[in-house]
Amino acid sequence: MQVSDPPPPPSAVPLPLRGRIPTLSELFAASPRDSGWAGFLLPQIDRSKPVLWVQERMGILESGRVYPPGLGQADILHVEARDARDALWAMEEGVRCSALSAVIGELWGDPAALDFTATRRLAVASECSHVPCWLVRLGGIANLSGARMRWRVASAPSLLNVLDSRAPGLPTWDADLFRARGYPPGRWTVAHDSGAFHLVAGSGGRALGEEQRLTA
Amino acid sequence: MPALAVERWAKSSDLPPDAPVVLTVEGTHGPIIHAVTKAAAGRGARRGARLTDARALDPALIAVPADPAGDGALLQRLAKWAQRWSPLVEVDGPDGLRLDVSGVAHLFGGEAALTQDVIDRFAVIGLTARVAIAPTAAAAWALARFPSPRRGEGLVAQLAPLHVSALRLGPDTVRTLERLGLKTIGALAALPRLTLARRFRGAENVIDALDRALGRKPEPLTGLADSPPPRASLRLEEPATHVEAAEQALDRLIPKLVIELEGRHLGARRLSLHGFRVDGSVVSASVATAIASREPKHLARLLGDKAAALDPGFGFDAFALVADWTEGLGAAQESLVEEPSGTRDLARLIDRLSVKLGASAVRKPQPFESYLPERASGWVAAVSSPRFRGEGDQRSRWRGPSVALRAPPPLQMQGRRPSRLLDRPEAIAVIYATPEGLPRRFVWRRAVHDIARVEGPERIAPEWWRERSTARLRDYYRVEDHAGRRYWIFREGLIGDGRGGAPNWYLHGLFG
Repeated sequence: MQVSDPPPPPSAVPLPLRGRIPTLSELFAASPRDSGWAGFLLPQIDRSKPVLWVQERMGILESGRVYPPGLGQADILHVEARDARDALWAMEEGVRCSALSAVIGELWGDPAALDFTATRRLAVASECSHVPCWLVRLGGIANLSGARMRWRVASAPSLLNVLDSRAPGLPTWDADLFRARGYPPGRWTVAHDSGAFHLVAGSGGRALGEEQRLTA
Repeated sequence: MPALAVERWAKSSDLPPDAPVVLTVEGTHGPIIHAVTKAAAGRGARRGARLTDARALDPALIAVPADPAGDGALLQRLAKWAQRWSPLVEVDGPDGLRLDVSGVAHLFGGEAALTQDVIDRFAVIGLTARVAIAPTAAAAWALARFPSPRRGEGLVAQLAPLHVSALRLGPDTVRTLERLGLKTIGALAALPRLTLARRFRGAENVIDALDRALGRKPEPLTGLADSPPPRASLRLEEPATHVEAAEQALDRLIPKLVIELEGRHLGARRLSLHGFRVDGSVVSASVATAIASREPKHLARLLGDKAAALDPGFGFDAFALVADWTEGLGAAQESLVEEPSGTRDLARLIDRLSVKLGASAVRKPQPFESYLPERASGWVAAVSSPRFRGEGDQRSRWRGPSVALRAPPPLQMQGRRPSRLLDRPEAIAVIYATPEGLPRRFVWRRAVHDIARVEGPERIAPEWWRERSTARLRDYYRVEDHAGRRYWIFREGLIGDGRGGAPNWYLHGLFG
């Protein structure tokens, strides 16, 4: 895929985090009580056009409703879907609308409506209309999916706050790209500052499974 | 409808049709007769008489309480149903409907055929209707209630032999006129106007009533819309009972409506499809759009599912498609090449989502001037209805076209806000070093979070102009646990603030 690009230095920010790729990405929250994924996802969204944000009712109860003042200057169109079927339908309608900058859909658990066909449809529609689609899974397991990129994102301890050493600093995330089409998978600890993702010192460049090997 | 109350009562009663029944309402001195059946009328019962007087004539009368409110509701429904003949229908008094049929009669094959059609249709649903068509509303009122012996002549000639009470005057005025020997409208009209004007002044102006009946003075229908909403209607040869009828009718009505909208440079914001059933009931389906539209494909797609769900009951015999909320929409060429326009595409997306999931499920943020986090960010339906717009205007926070999703600038925020907020703050158990100090550890949903970093407090005082005096202040803390998960927790109240016991802790938001 990326033959023409020069090979990135090993410690550089991974390619998927350097540009916006209009495709279906699946994002697994490490835990429903961890919304670090939102901080990881939001910088990757183009703010010039509205965002369709679909939430399932169960997800709203468990991990809260989107709160616009905390999202910066994003235009949001919020859909509160009754169940996963409605949520997937709304996402597909949104993905076909090129007036949106992105579609974010949160699904709770492993609903029956979310099968390979549904994800595949989203992926194809997203690539046709060039609207990035993010399928966020809260408390679900990674089974068969048509998503082009699959992330597992957890919050990581924040960086030192130079103004107040007791206060949380710049947020960091532990992002695990465990399946990607056209990109090497990997695991990085990243922070977002002044418009770009940065690797946090001491992480990156680790091979897949290295952590498991070390703990074994 | 001279016998509306009795006929409505008769439909739901078990008594034999020839029972001498009177319907009564409570008056100052006991029950007063409101309506009578034919049998009761034959025994001397009259409308407006006291029940005791009528019982004196015939003790066998059966008195049943009347239901004027129910009659009124029925009349309202009938008025809606009568829109099958004309778009302009007004409820006239407790037992009458007034239709503006100017330019309508030829659709039904002339005035006589229209009259017959109205009588027949009302007869089918079991109501007696007396129908009159006249050049003025007052004359129609008179002729419907007092049949003229001279049918088919000019208006003045038709009205002349009628009793003066046909002018809709008060009972006192009628009595005075009778005492003066002026029994008919003809006799009244023959008098010089000046003498009449001198004798009858104020509210009971006989000249006015006469002029209204003869068309010398305008009498507009109340609720007359300046421009009636764009409307397309379809009458079926015979009732359609199959489920697809409404959908098929829609396919034929939409092009008609679109032509009318185009002619008037309007776009529909809300569309209603009314199905008129043979039994005199009307069912409706309506959809709203986020942007004025008159594109047939889009409108058909929005209304199609709802039309298919209309219950035909005993069968539809007419349909009407009304754009009851429109906005100006000039003739616009989208583009020479097939390039989708952002605003329009977004509006269509909102329409489709709102129609399928419900307008209240598809919303956009609406900032609100408040310091309380849950109140500072409200939501409005993306398809804003007129009611919603009114509310927005009151706060004067809502400007610009309804499609613009960009919100007005929010209140100056003091601290950072989380990206997610729980609808209700959830109570947590907190361990802290000192009562006023920083939290150290908390339990949320049965899991312990050790706090590694904390920032705060950000104090938000209660809005005393909105809340009760017992509302407590909130101290918000931004905390991070050892795993790096960041939360927004607050302590409600202070120790010894005199507004309750020990302060409670809540978790309110999650940071990204």
